[in-house]
Amino acid sequence: MPAFSPSDYQAIFLSVKVAVIATLLSLPFGFAVAYVMTYKRFRGRIAMDVLVNLPLTLPPVVVGYLLLLLLGQNGPVGKWVLQPLGIKLIFTWKAAVIATAVVGFPLMVRSIRTGMEAIDEKLIQASRTLGAGWLDTIVTVIAPLSVRGIMAGSILMFARGLGEFGATIIVAGNIPGVTQTIPLAIYEYVSSPKGDVIAMSLCLVSITLSVIVLIFHEWLSRRVVRVD
Amino acid sequence: MELTFAAQKQLDKFFLDMDFTVEGERIGIFGPSGCGKSTLVGLIAGLHRPDSGHILINGQPVFDSGKKVNVPAEHRHIGMVFQRPHLFPHLSVKANLLYGYKRCERDQRKITLKNLVDVLQIGDLLNRGVNNLSGGEKQRVAIGRAVLSNPRMLIMDEPLSALDDSLKFQIIPFLKKSCEAFAIPYLFISHSLTEMRIMAERVLNMTDGRVAGLMTAEELARSLMGKGPAPYINLLKLKRARRLDGMSAYNFGDTQLLISGDSREEALVELPSTDIILFKRHPEATSARNLLHCRVSEIFEAGTRVGIELACGKDKLVAVIVKESVQDLQIGKGVEIFAAIKATAFRPLG
Repeated sequence: MPAFSPSDYQAIFLSVKVAVIATLLSLPFGFAVAYVMTYKRFRGRIAMDVLVNLPLTLPPVVVGYLLLLLLGQNGPVGKWVLQPLGIKLIFTWKAAVIATAVVGFPLMVRSIRTGMEAIDEKLIQASRTLGAGWLDTIVTVIAPLSVRGIMAGSILMFARGLGEFGATIIVAGNIPGVTQTIPLAIYEYVSSPKGDVIAMSLCLVSITLSVIVLIFHEWLSRRVVRVD
Repeated sequence: MELTFAAQKQLDKFFLDMDFTVEGERIGIFGPSGCGKSTLVGLIAGLHRPDSGHILINGQPVFDSGKKVNVPAEHRHIGMVFQRPHLFPHLSVKANLLYGYKRCERDQRKITLKNLVDVLQIGDLLNRGVNNLSGGEKQRVAIGRAVLSNPRMLIMDEPLSALDDSLKFQIIPFLKKSCEAFAIPYLFISHSLTEMRIMAERVLNMTDGRVAGLMTAEELARSLMGKGPAPYINLLKLKRARRLDGMSAYNFGDTQLLISGDSREEALVELPSTDIILFKRHPEATSARNLLHCRVSEIFEAGTRVGIELACGKDKLVAVIVKESVQDLQIGKGVEIFAAIKATAFRPLG
């Protein structure tokens, strides 16, 4: 196996970093959205459902382009929120985090929702008649009982984040050592002559990371089943 | 406890519209499946919101659409025991029991874990997970969890209907004992007349989301006589058993009843009213092991048949016969009569 260059190591490190941060950032929002969509009845619920799931059906490049329009210097968020605060997102690793979070968000919400929908409504009613308010019920009943959904959603999102390409290349670019993740590095090596071997090596790294994640998920699931 | 309910709720095609005030410590809500019993208790407990009207518990409004009062379920202090135990699967038995207790204000904590554990006999279960309990143990823990939240009233929503007969009559004493020991008034919901007669003193009879009547459990049982194929069932609480001729002899009024089966210090048995044969005069010989000398204390219509209340000392039985038999036997109030009952006609409950 050929030796990786420093920028290759940075790509591996950045891929893991972006996927971890995107997953952790999305978790509270994913839980909140899943909760609202499972337990609240309100007008516009279908519209919210469509909006949340849209990144799942749209090509990632489209998601990336829309994010660029939104967060770019002339975009509404970029111009009116980020610039006054002195924050630059586009073509930084933070933009890769946002792109990964947006693309993986529906997977996380769906998994957590599935977990919440499996909770017997009578358990929630029991907790309320025992004196627990809504927040208390969320913390002491809903969250612990949807832990498998939370785990599955996080793992799915992390795995999706490791492979994110289309949206990331649009909003973060493909700058070696700065925004280049494993998929972007593979893309660059495949496009260049004599890059096949190193591209294959990065593929193996990708496969190894995915296998580790899946084994971790399986181990965690078994632990939760034993606690149950 | 005084419960005033005057509210409406539309649920798809079902409309609940009830207006009643009921007083008592052991109140039953009776009605067939689908008549709105669970909707009613959901509205009282604050799990559902009525469309309009008001609900008062001991004169205090927990819901009033006019005054815009809607006390949330967690502040109504109404404990609930559901059809199934619905214990929190991620918590131990002890943590389940203490869930409501910890959320109860300190000055309201009159029932303690120790007192409750003694009454429900669940001391050896405390550190176990709830998934390793039997059905009866789970329901006892569910009762304990609701009682330990120190509620001002308890709602039992068909707590026995998911249990088989033998388990049902094991749980009933725990239900009654825990409410009596800690003086908690309760609403007992069921479609079973037998359960209603054991658990409730006043019964609200419901049909299609409306009040069909408010009466005692005995009045309810008699009102249902003749309306269906099932006969009136005598429920007898018998004490002081002894063995006699291979059977169990229990004191009953100024005589005794012979019942086939095991002897118990106390027994709850049922006797179908159609299994009692009446004689105007002593029948000299009969294969029935029980021949009671009784006085007719009441006669009442039961559809096409007639209910005859028989007093044997201070204890009473009801026999059901056809109208022609009443004429043949010339039965009237105060008339002395003989009742023959086979020892095998009694069915012990539990």
